[in-house]
Amino acid sequence: MNPIEHLNKIFDSRIRLGIMSALMVNEEINFNDLKDLLQITDGNLASHLKTLEENEYVKIFKGFVGKKTNTTYSVTKAGEKAFKTHLTALEKMIGGIK
Amino acid sequence: MNEQQQTLSDLQHIKNMMERSSRFISLSGLSGVAAGICALVGAWFANQVIMDSGGPSSYREAVARTIGTESLQEFMGHRLFIIASFTFFSALLLSFIFTYIRSKKNKIPIWGTTAKRLIWNVAIPMGAGAIYLFKQMQFGNYGLIAPGCLIFYGLALVNASKYTLSEIRYLGYCQLIIGIVNCWFVGYGLYFWAIGFGVFHIVYGLLMWYRYERK
Repeated sequence: MNPIEHLNKIFDSRIRLGIMSALMVNEEINFNDLKDLLQITDGNLASHLKTLEENEYVKIFKGFVGKKTNTTYSVTKAGEKAFKTHLTALEKMIGGIK
Repeated sequence: MNEQQQTLSDLQHIKNMMERSSRFISLSGLSGVAAGICALVGAWFANQVIMDSGGPSSYREAVARTIGTESLQEFMGHRLFIIASFTFFSALLLSFIFTYIRSKKNKIPIWGTTAKRLIWNVAIPMGAGAIYLFKQMQFGNYGLIAPGCLIFYGLALVNASKYTLSEIRYLGYCQLIIGIVNCWFVGYGLYFWAIGFGVFHIVYGLLMWYRYERK
């Protein structure tokens, strides 16, 4: 079986791959921390998060810290599965090259 | 970039993002060196005080005589206690400065979720230890203060290693070991402090600096 077939098109983007990586090792991350981590603009981050959300890879929680809105993101079961499949495919591609 | 390089760099990126989002990686090796130097300077001053009062053995006797009679308030005003507090706060301040510089250089905000998580997990063993050791002081068990500090600090570092550079775990082990050994050499706490808080910090700091920050 060709591992390339298991690569996920959604994770072609470095930013989406980064968001998913960070969410895999944290229960939840808020918008500003993600922005600091990836060092991109609000609009750019929002659009990538939207793509991930539309594919049901991440879920959003809107809350408040004091009077400020605090939007946090976490990975869904489907997102976790998709990321792991993608990661395994990447590893196989490295391992498969003799 | 060919396919293999692309794949490798994707994996690198994943690892990097996982690490940066879950660990406080700005901790500078120079912070360790600075804290270690503060500890050695503090130990030198403390040693002077002990020598002025007639050398280590007579100092230990004097301390032994006051056990149970000296109140905590009197002890708090003691020159050694002042030196220890001053050393602690200057070490804290200097290590903060070097770590701040590093975070600026790496363009990572110093006050993020990872920093809060690290501080909280260091504060738990340190806070519990501080309360316990204050209680020990009240009962006049001064000889167990020095090993106690090393042991609780060691535990704090081992705990911290899950939230910052993982190598700090080994510094924690070393502090724990030297603290435990110190339990059998009560009265020589200052030397153990100088080795643990001084020498170990400097060695650890230099190794970390050499590994991650050297140009």
